[in-house]
Amino acid sequence: MANTLLSLAEKTFIVHGVDDNYRTDGRNRSEYRPMEVETKVLPHTSGSARLRLANTDILVGVKAEVDTPYPDNPNEGKLEFFVDCSANATPAFEGKGGDNLGTEISNTLTLAYQSSHVLDLTTLCILPQQKCWKLYVDVLILQCDGNLFDAVALAVKAALYSAQIPKVTTATLDGGKADIQLSDDPFDCVKLDVGSFPVLVTLCKNFTFIQIGENCVVDPTSEEEECSAASIVVAVMPNGRITSVVKTGYGSLQPSTLVKTLELAKDIGIKLNAGIMNALKEEDELGSQREIFGFLK
Amino acid sequence: MSGQDLVSDQGLRVDGRRANELRQIRVRMGVFGQSDGSAYLEQGNTKVLAAVYGPHQPRGGGRGGNRSGTGIINCQYSMAVFSFSAGERKKRPRGDRKTQETSLQLRRAIEAIVQVELYPRSQIDVFVEVLQSDGSDYCAAVNAATLALIDAGIPIKDYSVGCTATIASMGASEEVDSKDETGSGTGIVDANHMEECTGATTLTVVALPGAPGSNYESDTDNSGLVVVAQGTGARLHLSRLEGLRQRALQGCRDTRVILDQAVRFHLTTHDPHFI
Repeated sequence: MANTLLSLAEKTFIVHGVDDNYRTDGRNRSEYRPMEVETKVLPHTSGSARLRLANTDILVGVKAEVDTPYPDNPNEGKLEFFVDCSANATPAFEGKGGDNLGTEISNTLTLAYQSSHVLDLTTLCILPQQKCWKLYVDVLILQCDGNLFDAVALAVKAALYSAQIPKVTTATLDGGKADIQLSDDPFDCVKLDVGSFPVLVTLCKNFTFIQIGENCVVDPTSEEEECSAASIVVAVMPNGRITSVVKTGYGSLQPSTLVKTLELAKDIGIKLNAGIMNALKEEDELGSQREIFGFLK
Repeated sequence: MSGQDLVSDQGLRVDGRRANELRQIRVRMGVFGQSDGSAYLEQGNTKVLAAVYGPHQPRGGGRGGNRSGTGIINCQYSMAVFSFSAGERKKRPRGDRKTQETSLQLRRAIEAIVQVELYPRSQIDVFVEVLQSDGSDYCAAVNAATLALIDAGIPIKDYSVGCTATIASMGASEEVDSKDETGSGTGIVDANHMEECTGATTLTVVALPGAPGSNYESDTDNSGLVVVAQGTGARLHLSRLEGLRQRALQGCRDTRVILDQAVRFHLTTHDPHFI
């Protein structure tokens, strides 16, 4: 990611390939690279997933904690994203090197999940003003080979899909003090309804040499990212609604191109959502006795 | 079995192991394509990823680079925020005092085996990420880092192997007649998180156990150079130290055999020319 060095000739080659709708790895402009997803890789968390998109490697752990609601939203639970760029990905992330990128990704995720159409936070409330669930979604970036936003959002969705929150058996107010009891059975759990959770679609635009080109590329490799001046990260819900749009990079866009890009992002987002849900359902059908490979495969 | 005892009357520990028994070690080398070397290691429920970058030109020109005749080793140890088994969540993955100290200890362990004189004006980065922590994290980190170095093809003198030996705090402060100790040592080896939390005294040892040679069979002699030794927990009577050290060293030797097998397996399955 940070150490992709390209010469002018290499960049020209990549950009001409994009123009001809035939990219350096043989894909067309709107094709994704193959990905692998596995859930429940971390047995000590409430939910977890590992996603590999080519060489991009993401590990997500979800932990649920009982917390007090915010005073201005007493009926709502909390959802917090944290993205850690591990130095394992590239030495540039050592120390505080990955903090900026991590914050950028976690802010984008927060924006994407902020809409009440996506996740109704009131479902995470246990006792108004007293107790609620706080979901910590912790993302660990282990390797990056382009398209971090899409990969992270897919992994987050998979991890939230596998998340199991303990059932609350009793929740009473005793003299103004909240008293809650969780179910003793570890399998007695509530699952989140991920049916409306968005995925992020990154569209790489404005390739350095083609100032007027309208071609945009989906699922860019790190080399393609290096050639692009601006990209748009769109959060698309499974029904095609867009919850957030973020533009990254230094380049600029014409308003008319933006509208076309959003249309394209919507179409791709719907397909991507369907794809990840299919994969997760397929994994579910293997049952609880399936072997968990994790990093040993 | 009382709360203080680490070993029951039947000679079994909380997870059913014997006192000198290691947890299951599972290894995979070359997990990442982009780093020069990488390894994933599981010791029971402790899961660790290590990546090695280099040797390369040192970064950070402001510090004047590396003008010395030997290479520099740069280590970072960090724990994923979801790594704790006990439910709670870590605030920051790195930068706190404990992980910084562990980074330093890790560097000591790596510097002992890498032939730095072969790499003047260069730097080797070793990054370790703990994905799940269940006791003996530092030892797992050292073992994984060693495997990642091997995967990167960096010449090393020997395996750097870490192992812990733990003794219940009740017995730790009592004097023993050191002549009673016959070779095998005292305490339990490779403690998990639950055993570490009983307030026991733990001796962490990183050693270069040496290849299993002629003196390996008679492990009563003190083969194996200790590189890093660190004690934590309650106080320990000096007469107990020898027994604890022997137990930890035996653990190191056992671990080395397992790691060596894993390396040979990795090389033979991935390289058809290897005989």
